[in-house]
Amino acid sequence: MAYVSVKGGEKAITNAHRWLEEDRRGDRAVPELTVEQVREQMSLAVDRVMAEGSCYDRGLAALAIKQARGDLPEAVFLLRAYRTTLPRLGASLPIETEDMAVRRRVSAAFKDIPGGQVLGPTFDYTHRLLDFALAADGETPIAPAPEAEQPQEYPMPTIASVFRHEDLLEHEEPTEGADEPFDLTREPMSFPAGRDQRLQALARGDEGFLLSLAYSSQRGWGATHPLCGEIRLGEVAVEFVPEELGFPIEIGEITVTECTMLSGFSGSASRAPQYTRGYGLTFGHCERKAMSVAIVDRALRHREVGEQAEAPVQDEEFVLYHSDNVEASGFVQHLKLPHYVDFQADLQLIRRLRQEHFDRQAALKEAAE
Amino acid sequence: MSPSNAPERYYNYAYLDEQTKRMIRRSILKALAIPGYQVPFGSREMPVPYGWGTGGIQLTAAIVGPDDVYKCIDQGADDTTNAVSIRRFFAKVADVKTTEDTGEATIIQTRHRVPEKPLTSNQVLIYQVPQPEPLRGLEPRETETRAMHAYEEYGLQYVSLYESVSRYGRIANTASYPVMVEERYLMSPSPIPKFDNPKLNDSDAIMLFGAGREKRIYALPPHTSVRSLDFEDYPFEVQTWEQSCALCGSENSYLDEVILDDAGQKMFVCSDSHHCAERRQAGHAGPMAGHALDQTKEPAQ
Repeated sequence: MAYVSVKGGEKAITNAHRWLEEDRRGDRAVPELTVEQVREQMSLAVDRVMAEGSCYDRGLAALAIKQARGDLPEAVFLLRAYRTTLPRLGASLPIETEDMAVRRRVSAAFKDIPGGQVLGPTFDYTHRLLDFALAADGETPIAPAPEAEQPQEYPMPTIASVFRHEDLLEHEEPTEGADEPFDLTREPMSFPAGRDQRLQALARGDEGFLLSLAYSSQRGWGATHPLCGEIRLGEVAVEFVPEELGFPIEIGEITVTECTMLSGFSGSASRAPQYTRGYGLTFGHCERKAMSVAIVDRALRHREVGEQAEAPVQDEEFVLYHSDNVEASGFVQHLKLPHYVDFQADLQLIRRLRQEHFDRQAALKEAAE
Repeated sequence: MSPSNAPERYYNYAYLDEQTKRMIRRSILKALAIPGYQVPFGSREMPVPYGWGTGGIQLTAAIVGPDDVYKCIDQGADDTTNAVSIRRFFAKVADVKTTEDTGEATIIQTRHRVPEKPLTSNQVLIYQVPQPEPLRGLEPRETETRAMHAYEEYGLQYVSLYESVSRYGRIANTASYPVMVEERYLMSPSPIPKFDNPKLNDSDAIMLFGAGREKRIYALPPHTSVRSLDFEDYPFEVQTWEQSCALCGSENSYLDEVILDDAGQKMFVCSDSHHCAERRQAGHAGPMAGHALDQTKEPAQ
């Protein structure tokens, strides 16, 4: 039987894609999953795809997840490839997370803080026991969560307000007349990276990669000794100033997760000891990601606070160039493409080097005899 | 297939919006003005993965028009799966006529090869580039390599070639063999075998290089001097084969090794599938002419 050369034709591609379509559908005896079901019941997957896909659209993210058969990086790629074709109408005003309609808000720094601790919908403190009731057919009745007697404080003060009187935490005020923020979707990465560029890259970055980097920092590879100042989850208004109107109007509401990590700074000749911040913000409910981003952001601020940069997490070229899973996944998987022209060139060289090796050995053997 | 360029199309002509095309064209002009210099550009996410030709596709999308004739090859062949996929993409989104005929094409997009047939002044060769930085293997930091290019500081590259000579008795680089453009910029010719390097020098055709993931474009305008690095006592040389092409008998084309069975049987055939087919049509025959591989080609759409 002749070895079949890896030159595929149009037909092979078409048929392979039909097979893929069949596999995506799975057993036809099981009802097809709807995009609405994914959107409502796989909501954290939707959030992750929106965050890494840099596109806030729950419906499209759910469609991408369905089409990608639940492969989230593939769904992120689908959403990015769609996003890139959209015309840009303008930029919204910066969102104000202080004005968030908070669903969850916790601080590890103080037992109680203004506004209080709000646990919200969280996996924290659940026992990770498989709930076999969910495996039963049909709807599992759930008891509705009780509502608070008192409405929550609004606006909910941020962790920064706690420190305001003593100046214990660095101030982060918006710069007047600052340049437009860097936009990685329009400009290539450049170094040294400003914080805007870095935070955008981290917001789009792969959750797994950032989680591991943050973890490495915690274990001492570029330690920042972070303390979770605040995590908040909730809805914020998005405002836009149409040229025709000249004043901001609310165009919608998005869910975001925000995390502020506090790190001690022992001060320098010109600066008093103070807490510094690492900051993370994501679309949707992505707490693990927001915390990781905050730790990595702080680690990458080493120059500002005069820390030695020795660990991978502190190396901005290493972190920012390798955090994007659409780039990484494409390039790692391009190794599946044929490389037989280069391989042929390499084979020739190896064969020649081997021949020379054996010639040398033979000569040595002859000389020895 | 109804042309996607029809009124109800979902995407702009050639997929990219006009603003993006203009941005890419500006980068191409800059790249042509500074041969061999890597121009950073706002590379977009494309509907194929990074590493699968996004740079080449963006270049094609920026310059293609309805009157063009488009050829796409991978490993020299028109019928490799990724080449088929990219050719289909442009047939769909740009309504462009496609061809396998090297002579007929106005735009040729390639991965890993330069066609055997000399290119002409009305052709553009577009290379897909995985890693635009020739020094990356020696220095991982972009901040460093940009400075090295700025100062024309290429000693590291020569040291690496010297080390290769001292270890293997020759310059052992086989593909992505570094070249010097107009005696100014060190450039990666993309992972073509060094066999193809001489075709870059003084070419009649425009050569454009696109790296989508790394977000760089570089170019060689026609008749640019492109020199493969070497030493006086270790001059640059290209690959040669003891065999000739089993199908067309060519003795001076780049050959692929095709494994025929699990008993060590193999044959060598032209990697440039159109070059081989054209020669066979003209009556040339190799020692295994008429072999099954001779017949298995599907025509391009």
